Parts: sequence; structure tokens; C-alpha cells
Amino acid sequence: MSIQLTVNGIARTVEAPPEMPLLWVLRDLLGLTGTKYGCGVAQCRACTVHVGGAPVFACQTPISAVGAQPVTTIEGLGAAKLHVLQEAWLAEDVAQCGYCQPGQLMSAAALLAQHPAPTEAQIDEALMGNLCRCGTYPRIRKAIARVAAGGALAPARAQDGAK
Amino acid sequence: MSARDLYKELIAGRSAGSQARGRSADISRRTFLSVSASATGGLLLAVSCKGKDPSPGAASPGAAEPAADVRPPPAGAAAELNAWIHIDHADHVTLRIAESEMGQGILTALAMILAEELDADWSKVSAEHAPCDARRYGRQGTGGSSSIRQGWEPMKKAGAAARAMLIAAAAERLGVPASELTTEPCLVVHAASGRKLPYGTLVAAAARLQPPAEPTLKDPTTYRLVGKSIARLDAPAKITGQAVYGLDVRVPGMKFAVVARPPALGSSVASFDAAKALAVPGVEQVVQVPAGVAVIAANTWAALRGRDALTVQWTPGTHPQLSTAGITETLAAALRPSKTAGAAPAIAKAQGKAEATLARSKRRVVATYEAPYLAHATMEPLNCTVHLSDGKCKVWTGTQGPTRAQSTVAEALGLAPENVEIITTFLGGGFGRRSQADFVKEAAQVAKHVAAPVQLVWTREDDLRAGFYRPAAMATIEAALDARGFPSAWVHRIASPSILEQMNGLVDGVDQSSVEGVVNLPYSAPPNGWHGKPANQAFPLLVTWANPKLPLSTWFWRSVGSSQNAWMVECFVDELARAAGQDPLQYRQKMLPDGMRHRRVLDEVARLSGWGKPVAEGHALGVAVHESFGSYVAVVAEVSLAAAAAGAPGAPGAPGAGAPGAPASPASAASAAPASREPRVHKLWCVVDAGRVVNPNTVAAQMESGLIYGLSAALYGKIDVAGGAITTASFAQYPALRLPQCPDIEVVILNSKAEPGGIGEPSTPVVAPAVCNALLALTGQPVRKLPIAPVT
Ligand code: FES
Ligand code: FES
Repeated sequence: MSIQLTVNGIARTVEAPPEMPLLWVLRDLLGLTGTKYGCGVAQCRACTVHVGGAPVFACQTPISAVGAQPVTTIEGLGAAKLHVLQEAWLAEDVAQCGYCQPGQLMSAAALLAQHPAPTEAQIDEALMGNLCRCGTYPRIRKAIARVAAGGALAPARAQDGAK
Repeated sequence: MSARDLYKELIAGRSAGSQARGRSADISRRTFLSVSASATGGLLLAVSCKGKDPSPGAASPGAAEPAADVRPPPAGAAAELNAWIHIDHADHVTLRIAESEMGQGILTALAMILAEELDADWSKVSAEHAPCDARRYGRQGTGGSSSIRQGWEPMKKAGAAARAMLIAAAAERLGVPASELTTEPCLVVHAASGRKLPYGTLVAAAARLQPPAEPTLKDPTTYRLVGKSIARLDAPAKITGQAVYGLDVRVPGMKFAVVARPPALGSSVASFDAAKALAVPGVEQVVQVPAGVAVIAANTWAALRGRDALTVQWTPGTHPQLSTAGITETLAAALRPSKTAGAAPAIAKAQGKAEATLARSKRRVVATYEAPYLAHATMEPLNCTVHLSDGKCKVWTGTQGPTRAQSTVAEALGLAPENVEIITTFLGGGFGRRSQADFVKEAAQVAKHVAAPVQLVWTREDDLRAGFYRPAAMATIEAALDARGFPSAWVHRIASPSILEQMNGLVDGVDQSSVEGVVNLPYSAPPNGWHGKPANQAFPLLVTWANPKLPLSTWFWRSVGSSQNAWMVECFVDELARAAGQDPLQYRQKMLPDGMRHRRVLDEVARLSGWGKPVAEGHALGVAVHESFGSYVAVVAEVSLAAAAAGAPGAPGAPGAGAPGAPASPASAASAAPASREPRVHKLWCVVDAGRVVNPNTVAAQMESGLIYGLSAALYGKIDVAGGAITTASFAQYPALRLPQCPDIEVVILNSKAEPGGIGEPSTPVVAPAVCNALLALTGQPVRKLPIAPVT
């Protein structure tokens, strides 16, 4: 069946069964592969996207549940200009393999939208679902703290007098 | 040849065994350079390196080890690195390397080494994966924490040679002697006349020159890049969703496949009925393949639903009685003095008369440790995309072994390797798992049936249940203590299923990967007071290895044998210190003489952690030290015990449902018995001597990563078996550390002029023993089985 949705500000129409999870609609039908599959059963949050501004498991969200709510994926997070969190992620050199990072960033962005200066407990609560097998947690914490504190964002490439 | 050299060889697509053993130790490293003009008139430099592994190796525990300690020198291992360097008219430097980026930062580090000697402008440097082409790039494989160790010399030489050629081209153009020329980033400078020529203007002329055989290398004190923390080149793509992993490969007309797999070990397809699967919209084909039954569909979701709908009759498994407890029993049986069954254990090391000394001793300590099977559980599930057409095959996959993948696909499809092109994508984690080629082979077998490109997707359940595992291990360690409480003999009997046997890789009947970290035990007995000998004395050491037969497939897992052996050895050392009534850190210091690299990291971690000073009420510290992959790591863990609380990933229970708006809710529910307490790891202090460090930021990140990976395993990791089937099938059953449980980590990198050591693996082995030793200090009870059970 034909389903309309708005992804990263663009109206899209897909042919899909209504129960098809948003994850596979994004990845396989729309070619937006920045949203990751990690488990498919709500245990890793690699698939986190925003629906109507709230973070959701794309793997557990049937496309029929999206309706008119706008969908934002990692591709839309910093499309015009990098999101402050992405800048902070660069400054702390967070990503390793990078596979979990779109989900981490989407969870963190939703947190900051709700709590611009989150407490440690709020950071724990918002990010505890996001698994990272490379162990980037300490840097994720620092990167979020950097933004929350309104810290200056040193451009990562100029660190340590590389030039 | 050490286990990790074999590892490197094996994943690079070579066979091991006798061939590897016969290689001479004294081939010097040689770097070959060839120069040409690129199609666009730039300078193209091909670099290949053959020769000896530069690291001191796992077989050589310390620089200043006592002379009495006789350990075999590491056998020379042929190592290869292949790279292509291109400099264009706009000064852009592109490095293509035959190593896989799986999070360890290798693209960036090798580019830094090259840019350093080339004197390139870092903002104009990029790095990418080389396509697998054995003729152009040589054998490719990434593993054994070897990339920097093998790339260091050739990258330096290649950069220096290119710089020398650019200088020579400038000398000719300016009509001045080359000796009057120097360089600044991407510029050749004639200081006397103030003239400057950008590299881009010289590349065409330089491409006609011969590369110097022995280019002059920079004085390391003048390095601008190497040794500095530089942000990773791949970071921007990874935070914007642009980085392409294997699962992200999209090719026009492609199909998606999942495979229904046998429920039990050794089971296979008896028959199947595809009707219901084919009735699922989007499902296009259902075919039998060696791994099971493949469902091929227009998208992943349809393939998954098709698999759910499929009816398959499976043959019974081959080990219906096998359970987790049965694995323990099999390991224990292999350690019992041989009755009749099974081969006698092999002797991995016999130094002095350990058994006789032990038999005579009045003071003995004995302990048996057990470590479980572990899955790698990379964040990106395994996958591979194959397009077979016109007798040629194109393969996109995140692999640690492109050459192995190439030969595997060629064999599976009956093609010549040159007709198989492997395109290496970013890897969503490797940890050793992606050096296997099983998933690549399976994709090729599926592709045979499909007239389009097809992406084989493993679900998380497939990844955990149909995988290759870090072998389980059990060891009984017995030591005799002298009057002062130091070992006078150490007998270490290991039972652990072999990894290398499947590649015919045993050396003198021993799997070196099963005994690494034990045969090179770093400890020696300190001199006996003023009247004793001046240097520490090696004590008699016997290490045996039994290879119990179990049906789970084994493979290299981050830090390989050290992952379990360092845990056992370092926990046992704490038990010895306790028996001797000594502080465990000082006890180690006395057994590691001054000047040893183990000692250096240990001393520094003692200082850093404030060892010996009071800690918070209910907290305790534990320490461990270990060398692997040519790097030395010491860790102190600060641990307390607390009631199992919500949010602990070890607690089972389904995470929150995923309706839009639902908060990110991880595994919650405190299901452990109310009286039980779990370890809380508050802080890890980590000191590493990794030789000369290219990018400290990457080294620190890899130390953090390895510690967290090892801590996840220590706290939660195990693969369970029931009724002959692997029952661990999800992150709920195979939990890993989450952000709230992640301790503070402080990493200190020691200055060292030694050759670069590995960085991807060496911090993983030390975290479990440090945490267990802290628990021993807290409770008085040793932890002898992993994962760490709740304390009651
Ligand atoms: S893929 Fe959705 S939570 Fe794991
Ligand atoms: S960066 Fe690799 S899983 Fe998080």
C-alpha cells in the first residue's frame, strides 16, 4: 500500500505493508542507511530516529504508526550545518567503528532538546539503551557534557598543534 | 612463530604449520617502492614490504629480563604491508592501504606516518581502503594488532623516498644542489633564494625519477605529526551517517537474503516447505544452501518474515546431551590425570624441574579457573553483498581478511581469484570475528541462485548462535612457595579447545594461542636477601595443554589466548600474594625486576591510582599487568559491591517497547536474589607502554575500548548451551556494558622509544583480573569462574 511520510523535511511516498518497521523503510526502500540495524528487537538502539521529535526504536515502529509526524534521521540531524553534538563528537573523537554512533547521536540530540543542561542521571537515562561494543561511552559522556556546559568547541583537526 | 604471527598469516590467506615453522628468523625487513605517473599526471608510489615482524613479540616479555631466563627468541615471521600513495597537482596526498578500518584508527595512523616523512600538509591528506587485488596490493589481512607494527617502517621509508624525489625534481628545476633544499608542508624550499615550489608542481617530474633505496629519515625529535593527538580522518563520515558499512551497500536491483539455520549443533536440513514463505509479499526465492535454507526477497523485512513463515524439518543435532554444565565437565575431564580416554596433554613449556620441586614443597597453593565460550558480538551483524554475473564476481563486505575472502569466494564459485573483486567497506566492529570468511562464503553460495546482486544479512540471533567463539578454557595452577612466599615452582595445566588446529596450525602439538600469556610468564623469584644472588631467578615452570573436543567452532577473539590466560595468571598471583601475606602490587614488583617494561607500567599505575592509600568505605583496589602484541599494560580497578539495581545490563528482562515516544529503556528489572550483590566498577587506571606511539589519542581510545570490551565479558559474557543447541540468542542473554555502568577510565601512555606495539587488543586481558582481584580484596573470596557471579 502507498504510504506518505516526511523524512528529514522531505515528503516521501513508499509502497510498503503498514506493519513494516520504519527501520527497513528507511534503509531498504528510501536508501537512508545512516540508521542502523543492530538487533531488531529493541535491545541496542542502533536504530534510534526521531518521530515527532521523540526518540524511537525504528526497528519497533511500524510505518503505519508514524502518520504525519516528521521523521528525522542522522542524515537530517546536521544536514545544513553540523549539530552542536556532532561538533562535540568530533572534538572528543568519539567514534571508533562508528556503527552505533548515529543511534547515540539521535538519543543525545533528543535529550538535549528536552534538557539543554542535562544532569548525569538524565544522560544515563537517555543513553542507557544505546549499546556500543567499541566502548566509546567515556567519550560520549564527555561530548555531551561539553555541549551541556556550553563549552567552546575546539575544532578537532587543529588539536595539539598538528599544523 | 608466535600465535599472533600465525594469526596474521592465516587471515592473510596463507596456510600455516610446517611452512610457517620453517621460515628463517633473520630476514631483514625490506621495503620495495615503485614509481610511476598516474593517469592524471600525479606521482604514484607503490609500496610493498616483506620481512620480519618488527615487534619483540609475545615470546619476549621484557627488555631487561634476567639473563637466567631462557625463553626462545621470537621466530621471524614474514609480514607484508602494501600501499599506494598518490600525490596530485593540487598537493593532495591519497593513501590507499590494504588494512581494514574497524574502529582502531588505522587509516589515520598510517597516513600520519606517511605524511610525517613526506612533510605533507595534513589538511590535504586522505586515506581509504585499497580494493582487494592480490597482484597490486598483495595479501591483505588485519588482525593481531599488527597494522602499525608492520606499517611503521615501510610507511616512513615511502614518505621519505617521495620527499627525496620531490626535492630532486626541485633541484633540477631550480638549478641548485639538492642539499640546499628543505621542505615545509607540501613545499620544497630554497632558503638561500627564498623560492618555494609546491609539491603539486613537481609531481610530474618526480614521477620520472628512481626512488632512493635508503632515503634519509627524519630525526624523531623533529616530528610534527607522529606522537601528536590528531582527530581521525574517518570521524566526519561516521557522525553524519555517511560512512558505508557492509550492511549499507546499495546496488541497483539488489535483493536481500536471510538464512534459516539449524537449531542444534551438527543439525542440517532434512526437508523444507517453502509455500508459506513464498506467500509473504516481497519474498522471491527460497533455496537450500549448505548453511540452511535461504529466503531471498526484495527487502530485508520481507526476507525476515519469509524466514519466520518457512517450515523446515531439521535432522537431529550431533550432541543432544551437551549443556553449559557439560562443557565444564568436558574441560575438567581433560585436566584429570589421563585414565584412558583422549591424548595426553602436550607440553607447552618445561623449564626446570617444576613437578619435582612441587612434590617436595611443603607450601603449595592450587586453584582451578574456568572461562566460558564468548561471542564477538560486533555491533554490525555479519553480512556480505555479492554480485555474480558473466563469470565475474563483485563482493562488498566489511572483512578483516580481504584476500581470504577473495580465495574463499573463488573456491565456492569455481572462479579464478582474479575474477573476484573484493570491496572492503567500513567494519562495524571486528574483534577477530571478521577475519573468518564463513559469512562471505555463505553469501557466495546464496548468490549462485540469484540473478541479481544479493545482500546476505545475519540477524543478531544468527550472529550469536551460528558463530565462532572464543574457546572456553579451564586451568589448574599449582605453585610451590619458598620460605618468603615467592614461587619456587609453577605447574600450569590448561584445557582449552584449539583455534589453530582447524588450520593445521599446531606447532609441536601445541596451539600457541591457547598457552600465550602463560609460557611467557614474566615473573621470577627475587634474590634472597643480602646473601642471595644479585638477580631474580626464573623458577621452574611447566605448562601443559589439553585439547578437549567440543562441537562449538572456535576463533580469534580480541586478544586471543591472553583474554583468558592473563585472567587466570593474574588472579593466581593475587592468591599467592595472599598466601604469602604480601601486598599484591608489591609482590608483583618484587617478581618483576627493575628495567622490565612490565615493571615500568606497574610502578606507574601504582602511583597513578594512589595504591596503598585509603579508599572509600566498601571499595577496594585490584591490580593486573600483562604483555600482549608487544605492548605492556597495567590496570588498577576500584570496585565495590552493591545490590543488583535497575539498569544493570546483566539483569534479564525485556527492554521497553518501542512505540514512538517511548523512552530509551534498556534492560531493567532487578531479578537477582535480593541478598545478592554485584560488583560496581568505579574507576580503571590504565598505564600502557606501547613503544613509540603514532597517535596518542587513538591509543587512549583503544585502551578504553579494550578495557570496556574485556569488562563486558568479565561481568556478563558467556555462551550457553542446552540440549546440544546454543541458547544465547540476543543482547538480553549476552549483555554488554552500557553507559551508566561504564567506569571512569584514566589512561596514561608511557614515553617509549621502542618499536610500536599493538594497541587494539592489549588492554582487554588485564581488566578481568584487576576487577576480580579487587573482589578478592573486598570479600576474601577468589573469583575462579567467569563471568563474575553475584556475591551472596
Ligand atoms: S535495531 Fe532497534 S533496538 Fe536494536
Ligand atoms: S563505535 Fe563501534 S559500536 Fe560504538
